[in-house]
Amino acid sequence: MNEITVTSADAFDIRDWLRLDLMPHFMCPGCGHGIALRALLWACHELGIKKDKLAIVSGIGCSGRTGAYIDANTFHTTHGRPLAFATGLKLARPDLTVIVISGDGDSLAIGGNHMIHACRRNLDMTLMLLNNEVYGMTGGQVSPTTSAERFTTTTPAGNVEPVFDACKLAEGAGATFVGREATLQTPALKDLLKAAISHKGFSVAEVISDCTEIFGRKNAMGNSAEMVLRQKHTMIPERAQDDRVPEPFKPNPFPTGVFVDQQRPEYGELYEQVRKRARETGK
Amino acid sequence: MSNPTNIQGNAAAAAGAIAAGCRFYAGYPITPSSEIAEQMAARLPKAGGTFIQMEDELGSMAAAVGASLGGVKAMTATSGPGFSLKQENLGYAAMTETPCVIVNVMRGGPSTGLPTRPAQADIMQARWGTHGDHPVIVLAPHTVREIYEETIRAFNLAEALRVPVVVLYDETIGHLVETVTLKEPEEIITRKWAEGPREDYLPYAADEDMIPAFPRPGDGYRTHTTGLTHDERGFPTQDPEKVTAFMERLLGKLETHRDLIEKNELVETEDADVLIVAIGTPARAAKSAIRELRGEGIRAGLFRPVTLWPFPEEALKAAAKGKRAVLVPEMNAGQMILEVERVLAGAAPVRGLNVFNGEPVTPAQIATAVKELAK
Repeated sequence: MNEITVTSADAFDIRDWLRLDLMPHFMCPGCGHGIALRALLWACHELGIKKDKLAIVSGIGCSGRTGAYIDANTFHTTHGRPLAFATGLKLARPDLTVIVISGDGDSLAIGGNHMIHACRRNLDMTLMLLNNEVYGMTGGQVSPTTSAERFTTTTPAGNVEPVFDACKLAEGAGATFVGREATLQTPALKDLLKAAISHKGFSVAEVISDCTEIFGRKNAMGNSAEMVLRQKHTMIPERAQDDRVPEPFKPNPFPTGVFVDQQRPEYGELYEQVRKRARETGK
Repeated sequence: MSNPTNIQGNAAAAAGAIAAGCRFYAGYPITPSSEIAEQMAARLPKAGGTFIQMEDELGSMAAAVGASLGGVKAMTATSGPGFSLKQENLGYAAMTETPCVIVNVMRGGPSTGLPTRPAQADIMQARWGTHGDHPVIVLAPHTVREIYEETIRAFNLAEALRVPVVVLYDETIGHLVETVTLKEPEEIITRKWAEGPREDYLPYAADEDMIPAFPRPGDGYRTHTTGLTHDERGFPTQDPEKVTAFMERLLGKLETHRDLIEKNELVETEDADVLIVAIGTPARAAKSAIRELRGEGIRAGLFRPVTLWPFPEEALKAAAKGKRAVLVPEMNAGQMILEVERVLAGAAPVRGLNVFNGEPVTPAQIATAVKELAK
């Protein structure tokens, strides 16, 4: 990861970035999405982003509801489609910083097609993909990232489906920036999001987030503090050895860090060349 | 743009869109509407706009609405199967009151149906396709010139009323080439932008016209837009009183502006014994049939809704008054006839002429049916 430069002189106060009149929020006690939200706003603060020029586009689910608390231009769209809405918004308004907040169901199941094509297209926007392994809003159904053998309301005998690795999918589809962090490491998550937002082109930051009340409870994973500490055993920091502890369930070991950080022409700039050619040649 | 040119219906839709100020188009290839995307891909960059071919129909509707949320006039086009997929985000546009235009070039269905053949299979889908009670305006041009003009009017209505507008015509007219003079629009309407204080700003508060001003992202209003039922602040609500107030305004705004929306063509209806009610290709056939029939002394007339939805209830009642019979020729198994029967409520006998084999309705078929009714 590149060295991060602090561009805002003021100390970060999350209250400057939230719609405080919407509090209390709807999230369950211990939900990791609040930590991710804090990391995102911390990153925006350090990058010196202006709230008036920030557009947050989200889909449906717990991740989708998270955007409403941000004091910016927020768009809560339809299930799986936030990347498609954001594509139109960013092309129409390249002056806006566009950040999509989505979930594992939103981006990897119902919106999978939009995700792979957003990666391929390389339009300058950021996807913060909150992965909590479950459909929380609808009561705890299996998702494309639910670990093997885990119990959900639609896998009463344990999950037998293999998981999607969102980062490998993004890399394979051509995203020019791909990284993953867990909510346990909030400063590292903030730095990942800063790098993702600063990146010119389409960037994917996957956030390993806990669903304590529904997924954790169903799988007897302990209280919220125990769940977040569990991330230590299932996350593998960059270049570290696989030293996770044995468990009764097969953990879902994910490496963390930045996996892809490269440059190729950004879609908006390429299209501007199309406009220029059309004006010059009439074709 | 003042010289007569030979132009195809679908190309006229693209020309109308650009003339109306459309600067964003997201599409997905589908017969028989693909020429609109091809035309926009060529024309938009020259006009400083953006064309994008999205990964699917859902995404193309979403991207068009997304561009409009950014403050840019946006359009997409499709045909039956694609129109079904667009319904999800058409509903989002209706709910969030985001202006957009959707062209649906109708082909035979259900399912893949008859991709290259004309039909009027989506008359009801255009009105009721997305879930939930919602406002939508549907315009039904019947000539190439009218496709151009009605596409311009579609943008004006979408912007004025913050509502999705569907331009609906069948494959025959979409692929028809006619000699048309494309005139510059007499009026171009752009949405009313939010102005004034940012503090305590209510994005969904409306005056008597029931149309809230549109907050342009970047102008400092920092509003929330959601497909959830929302209050005047734009945030979700389940308060029955607020939900009722919101829904009454959402559904009531079209009724309030019916004068602006409604448009009909009446052809020799005054003295007619038999009234034909038709749109699109059957309306063209009806005009031809009326000439033939009148030559034989049979008095027929045509009532043609140019704005199909909201349905012109009072105008149809007035036109049908005292008629011996009403004929509804359609290229489907009977869709618009349901609305005609509902509106006339037995005031005159209503008969359908239904062609759903992929062929257009002919003047001869209409003439024969009118003669039966005129007996």
